[in-house]
This record gives sequence, C-alpha cells and structure tokens, in this order.
Amino acid sequence: MSTAVTTQQETGADAVAAPAPAPAPGQFLRRLRARKGALVGAGVLGLLVVLALAAPLLAALEGQDPTTYHDALVDSARGGVPLGDFGGISADHWLGVEPGTGRDLFTRLLYGARVSLLVAVGATLVQVLVGVTVGLTAALGNRLVDTVLSHVSDVMVALPMLIFAIGLTAVVPQDFPRPLLLVLVIGLLNWGATARLVRAQATTLNKLDYVAAARLTGASPLRVARRELLPALAAPVLTYAAILVPVNIVYEASLSFLGVGVRPPTPSWGQMLSSATTWFQADPAYVLLPALMLFVTVLSCTVLGDAVRTALDPREASRLHIGRRTGRKGGAA
Amino acid sequence: MTGYLLRRVLGALVVLLALSVLVYALFYLAPGDPARLACGPRCNPEQIAQVRDQLGLNDPVHVQYAHFLQSLVAGHDYSTGTGVQHCAAPCLGRSYQNDLPVTDLIVQRLPATVSLALGAMVLWLLLGVGAGLLSALRRGGITERLVTWLVLAGAATPVFITGLMLLMVFCAQLEWLPFPSYVPLTEDPEQWAWNLLLPWLALALLESAKYARLTRSSVLEALAEDHIRTFRAYGVSERSLVLRHALRAALPPVIALTAVDLGTMLGGAMLTETLFGLPGIGQLIVQATRTVDLPVVVGVVLVTGAAVVLANILADVLHAVTDRRAALR
Repeated sequence: MSTAVTTQQETGADAVAAPAPAPAPGQFLRRLRARKGALVGAGVLGLLVVLALAAPLLAALEGQDPTTYHDALVDSARGGVPLGDFGGISADHWLGVEPGTGRDLFTRLLYGARVSLLVAVGATLVQVLVGVTVGLTAALGNRLVDTVLSHVSDVMVALPMLIFAIGLTAVVPQDFPRPLLLVLVIGLLNWGATARLVRAQATTLNKLDYVAAARLTGASPLRVARRELLPALAAPVLTYAAILVPVNIVYEASLSFLGVGVRPPTPSWGQMLSSATTWFQADPAYVLLPALMLFVTVLSCTVLGDAVRTALDPREASRLHIGRRTGRKGGAA
Repeated sequence: MTGYLLRRVLGALVVLLALSVLVYALFYLAPGDPARLACGPRCNPEQIAQVRDQLGLNDPVHVQYAHFLQSLVAGHDYSTGTGVQHCAAPCLGRSYQNDLPVTDLIVQRLPATVSLALGAMVLWLLLGVGAGLLSALRRGGITERLVTWLVLAGAATPVFITGLMLLMVFCAQLEWLPFPSYVPLTEDPEQWAWNLLLPWLALALLESAKYARLTRSSVLEALAEDHIRTFRAYGVSERSLVLRHALRAALPPVIALTAVDLGTMLGGAMLTETLFGLPGIGQLIVQATRTVDLPVVVGVVLVTGAAVVLANILADVLHAVTDRRAALR
C-alpha cells in the first residue's frame, strides 16, 4: 500500500531526503519564539497543564469534587435541568453543574483535562517508542526484515484503527486499568506512520559517509543506531511527536464519546460530550464547556506542533518564503 | 496494467488473510468465554457446554480458524437445536445477540452508511477543493491566511463537536431543520436529503480541511513547474494559470485521496453515525462492542479492512490513470 496518497496524507512527513541537521537548542528556541502562534499555543497549553496538575488544589479551593451528586441543584420536574442561569453557575459551582446529576462541572472539566493529556502523551510515547524501534530495525536489517516490517507499517497506516480500537476495548477484561488500556490501544495501533518516517530517514542517513565510517571502525548495528542515527533522528521524530499529541487527544475523546474510554465516574471530555447529546436543547452550557476545552486544547497543540516543525526544519521555512515571493511576482505580472 | 492489478489483488488477499488471523486470534482467544457470551447471562453450565459444542469451541484453535475461513468462502450449516439453518457464503458467523447472520446485519446497515459517505463526499470536495484553490489563487493575502486558519480549526475539531454545534444552531435554536432521523432514499428522497444534511455537513467540514491543504499544496507545486513559468512568461493570467493548468495537475492526488477516504467511510463513520443516530455500519460495531457481540465485531472489522485495502488499490490505479507521470509499481 505504498501509495502516493497515503504518503501525502501523513503531512508530508515521509520526505526521503536526509534530515536536515537539527538546529542547536538555542537557535531552535529563538525560531520558535519568533512565531506568534507558537507563543500563544505554548501559553495556552502550559496553562492547561498547570490546571490539570493543580486539579485537586483548585477543586479544594472551590470546595467541590467531581463525583458528588447534588440533587438539590437540578430541576427534577424538568427532567434534571440545572436550576439557575447558564447551567447553574453560582459562587459554589463556578461553571455550573451537570444536568441530571448535579455534579460540579468545573472540577469535572479539570479532571477531564488530566485524563486527556495523560492518555495523549502516554500514547504518543508508546507510538514513538515502537515506531523508532520498528523503523530502525527495518532500516538496518536485511532485505527480508525490511520488506516485512515496511509492509506491516504500510498496513498499519492504511487500516482504520478506530474500529480496531473499539473492538479491542470489547475483549479486554473489565478490571484492566482503563487509562492504561487507552494508552496501549492508541499507541500500539498507530505507530505505522512513525515507523515509516524513521525508516525513510534512517535509510538515507545510513548511506552518509559518517555512518559508513562508524561502521568501518567495527561498530555494531546497535551502536551505529544509538550513537550515529538516533541523534540525527531526534529532530524529525520530535516534530512528528508534536503533531501526534493533538491527534491522540482527539482519539481519546472519540473513544470516550463512543462509550469505550475511561469508565464513569472518572470524568473525560469525550464522555461529557457524549452525554451532552441528549441535553443540548435544554442545557447548551453543558455542551459548550467540554467542547470548548477540547477544541482549545487540540488547536493550541496543533499550532504549536506546526511551529515546532517549521522551527526544526530550515528547508520548510525557506520553501514557504520562496513560495510567497513568486506569489507576489505572479500577482504583479 | 493487468499484471500490476493481479499483483496488487494478490497482495491485498495476503493482507486480508493476515488480518483475519490477527483479528480471529485477538477476539476469540481473548479472556472471556465466547460460549458464555453466546448463550446469554442466564445459562446454566450444561447449556453453556452445549453451546460450546455447537460453536465448535472444543476444537483446537487452528481447526476453529479453518472452519471460520471455510464458512467465509463456502457458507455454513448451523444446528440450532431445533433444526439446521444455512448461513450462505460469505458467512461471517451469527450474532450472539439475535442469532442473525453477520453478513445480513452488515448488508442491512449499508444504505445508511453509503448515503452518509457519498453525500458528504460531494460536500467536502466542493468545500475543500474550493478553499484550497482560493488560497492558492490569493497567495500572501488575507484570504490565504483565513483559509489556513479555517483549515487548522477544521482539523482540530472532532466531528462530534462540529455535529453538536450544528445541531444546537440549526435544530435547537433556529429550528430550520428536523432532528436527523434516517429516512431511506427509496422511501422519500426529499426527507432523506433533509435529514442527512447535518451529518453530511459535519463530516464534510472535518474532511474538507485535509482536501483544502492537499489542493493548495499540489496547486502551488504545479505552479512552480517549468511549463507554468513559460505560460506565465507568455502572459497567461494568473487566474487561468491556476484554474486551467495547475488545477489539472492538482486533481490526481485529490481523486486518489477521495477513493481512500470513501473506502474508510464505507467501514462506517462511527462518530458521525453515533452522534446523529444513523443506522449504519459504524453504529453496528459500536453497539456490538457494548454487548460484546464478538462475531459482529470481527465481521465488521474484516469488511472494513477489505474496503480500505480495495480502496487503496483503486486509489493507486486512479492516480496512475489520471496522472501520466505516476507509474504503477
């Protein structure tokens, strides 16, 4: 399935050209800072991480917890719509309460952020770990190993993994810790693109003189991989990982939305949105809050990931620049 | 071409076979007793043992798998205790829940899924290719930045959020559209379209982001080519350069991607179908997962895999046919 299409789909990350030398950390940060979007994205994301980490503290500050039912705060005569305006916002419940149960929304959203970020980052780590291992093995192994691993990676990329993920969650024992299961399911099903990227880059690097020199000194493949290839692969892999995080956040939310994510009463944004489908008419605030959290998180991750890619890849920056220049010329002609 | 196709189809068969082994192993060897699941919660041990015998679960694993493949190719006769029922090929087994053949369940769900996928495709091609062209035409301007941001936002919004927002605006607030409930095309074409409008739009908004990006980058790539530069030197207007020449070069990847996406969607757009309550294949597998209806889960996964693998072959062929520079390897 080595189609031009699936390659282009993966945000063009499969470029077979040798990875450009990674800029020094200082230079990388300077380039990143030069992009406004990156700053905003990083700021928002930083805030979210702090909020997620401080969830117990903030919950204590508000004096609420995410699981206690408050039957007195919902109108049982109207099917459980929160009493008061905007979903029952009050001094006690800063963002209102959940319709039906009266659970505090502010704390539920905060604890939802924990699930979301934890699962997404964990899954990304698994993906990178497996992807780099498979990609490097394919690049350094003999032809048979390469063919088999490359085919497996291609198939992994092409298949609709959400369906498999759903199927898998059906067969795993119920008492298996759910967040860990999500990390494993998302991570182990979606490493194909990373493996392809690493294989392509490592194959190119492998032909360069300095790697050949290392091999001539008698270094084992393992040592070549560790000392010569991995450092050079850091930049493209990091770039790709930055793009994977928001994808995984959506993944987790999707699984939770479909009812196969974390188990209640643990809150998760996708799960909240799923239950909001029956409430959007009576209590719009209940839809808007988790939707906004999810949207802002994913958008800031995407913007930051985009900026990281540009900052790490000098060719990308110069290509955009050239494109714009010809554009102006063309417009004037 | 024929040789190429033959090779690809053979390759696809190998992939599907490997997939079936994997899926079979995962789902049937997973913890949890299939016999207990098939029999239901109120079975006593003797009944479970009987079901286990009926399902052939006492055979060695490879024999079970061979039976699974055999019934896929040649059909299968089941003894139901009261008589023998035939499950015609391609038989994917029977649902634990209602004892219907999985193949029938999938075929029943096909119209909703196909309706959703095809309608959404028309919309996403219009929106995506349009936006991509627009941003390629107005390079460096406010339009390009706007489109870039819309694309980013579109890609960042899961389909259930877009869908919920659409529902809130058009059904709850403005009350312009009915609450989507699936009406078969054969029953009432007008109601069919009205009810599917929001699901189409939700799916198209998500997908069009990808298409806008692809169209933009391939148009820009085409514009950088030598023959376009020559046209430009001859004084062909920028508009006609983009619309007449660059677009032609940009379409093959768009067509190929459409084939792949359609293939994926025929396996069910689970999120969209679940949100809007469309009785499609995606909803089927979600429901089957909740009730641990293993034959249905395995069947849908395999059918989806097949659809995607075939769509990929189709995409490659289309790409080669539409773009003479691409060779079939």
